[in-house]
Amino acid sequence: MISTDRTRKLLIRQKLGDGVFQVVAVVGIVIALATLAALIIDALVDGLPRIDWKFLTSFPSRKPAEAGIFSALVGSVYLIALTAVVAVPIGVAAAVYLEEYTNQSSRLSRIIEVNVANLAGVPSIIYGLLGLELFVRAMRLDRSLLAGALTLALLVLPIVIIASREAIRAVPSTIREAAYALGATQWETTRDHVLPLAFPGILTGIILAVSRAIGETAPLITIGALTYVAFVPDGLLSPFTALPIQIFNWVSRPQHGFHINAAAGIVVLLAVTLLLNALAIFLRNRYQKQYQ
Amino acid sequence: MKEQKNNKADVILSVHDLNTWYGDAQVLCNMSFDVERNRVTALIGPSGCGKSTLIRCFNRMNDFIPSFKLTGKILLEGEDLYSTTIDPVEVRLRLGMVFQKQNPFPKSIYDNIAYGPRIAGIRNRDQLDSIVEDSLQKAALWDEVKDKLRDNAYALSGGQQQRLCIARTLAIEPDVLLLDEPCSALDPIATAKIEELILELKDSYTVLIVTHNMQQAARVSHYTAFLYLGELIEFGLTDKIFTNPGDHRTEAYVTGKFG
Repeated sequence: MISTDRTRKLLIRQKLGDGVFQVVAVVGIVIALATLAALIIDALVDGLPRIDWKFLTSFPSRKPAEAGIFSALVGSVYLIALTAVVAVPIGVAAAVYLEEYTNQSSRLSRIIEVNVANLAGVPSIIYGLLGLELFVRAMRLDRSLLAGALTLALLVLPIVIIASREAIRAVPSTIREAAYALGATQWETTRDHVLPLAFPGILTGIILAVSRAIGETAPLITIGALTYVAFVPDGLLSPFTALPIQIFNWVSRPQHGFHINAAAGIVVLLAVTLLLNALAIFLRNRYQKQYQ
Repeated sequence: MKEQKNNKADVILSVHDLNTWYGDAQVLCNMSFDVERNRVTALIGPSGCGKSTLIRCFNRMNDFIPSFKLTGKILLEGEDLYSTTIDPVEVRLRLGMVFQKQNPFPKSIYDNIAYGPRIAGIRNRDQLDSIVEDSLQKAALWDEVKDKLRDNAYALSGGQQQRLCIARTLAIEPDVLLLDEPCSALDPIATAKIEELILELKDSYTVLIVTHNMQQAARVSHYTAFLYLGELIEFGLTDKIFTNPGDHRTEAYVTGKFG
């Protein structure tokens, strides 16, 4: 007989543990998915019928039925592009410096690492206050597109740095050794081998950062971005509005028509975010190089 | 080999009182020996004896380890590789290294070979073409890859990849070829091909090879250095080390009693 009293008792305990854990896991995933589904369905039911070409191409208006999202959509696109242009070079350069040029085990390097991780967790309104003081007032950029983009760039910088560092760290050291052994300098090794191999990972980090930035509201409100903008930004120093601000504005109006507009705005924002994520996955798969 | 003993040996590399540490742990102790030009010198010894550390001292690959310390001298044609006026990049151009695990770049075969010459400033197409062909010929790989130079190097077999790495190193025209267990990740047939290649290169290059395989050391080298626990126990003609070693530890190792 294989099963004895001892093995049977053991088995019952193990099975029980297995079962309990499975139930906990399933409940967890159901709650997570159900919340997400409720959110999306709610927004879609309210907002989707409202979305048409006119909604996308109209400026805001006092009348809910005539209001559109054009200036916010264009503002968001400009804002995000500008944020990426500022945050990506700085973030990647910082990551290269931390990974390739500093002694990994040194005290300073560890202090920087911990603090970059901490910065990623700082509430976004704090960045808004910093942006207000530094960019809007001290640098006299006023409530401009540039001030908004710089503030958001600070906000997403830690995300870009952390993702880029991980991507750079994943490049096998044998590739670096090969380049050095052929007489490459540190910069040549980084430029020709490390960065190209880390590119898919860095790209994922950039898109994550951009997805975060596109949904941020608090820092933009803090620096004083406008809520009623009946024009498209015409330069770096032009005032602007963005999707989340427009949505926030509509939600806080008493008329029901504006609430419908807000739901439609949320659907547009979700669509833009998902589009960016899809782009990230597409690009990553495309550039992913196979190395053992 | 007899006449070499009578003439004054033509020394290309000379190690004087070499000591190295990783942090507080000493890895190599008081090592001194000479390497002759256009000869194959094998470094043998059990795992952890310092063979790889030693060979990496020659092209300053240990510089990347922050806790690494070195005292003593390594002279290449009389010039100290660790002198403060010498750029490690220059050292690596003169002493080319092939690693344990084949490590081609995830690029085409052509670009793998052309990388070294390109960063050295060669841009001319024809010149690069001829360097690529020449290096692949020397590494006995040309006939196998000449029709697929644009293919990714990872499409090659392990042995071909390692010969590609040798070709890539030959393309920068080093004076000394450092081979760090070049066959440890290869099957016997691929190993035989690399050994054949080393025998072909030995007339025109100075080769230092780290190996775990004593038959390999016996087959390809003129001189053998036996290292044990960070010390150079014995250095001499390969024939003598394998048939009539002067130290009982060398004898025990080459006859397979330990290691």
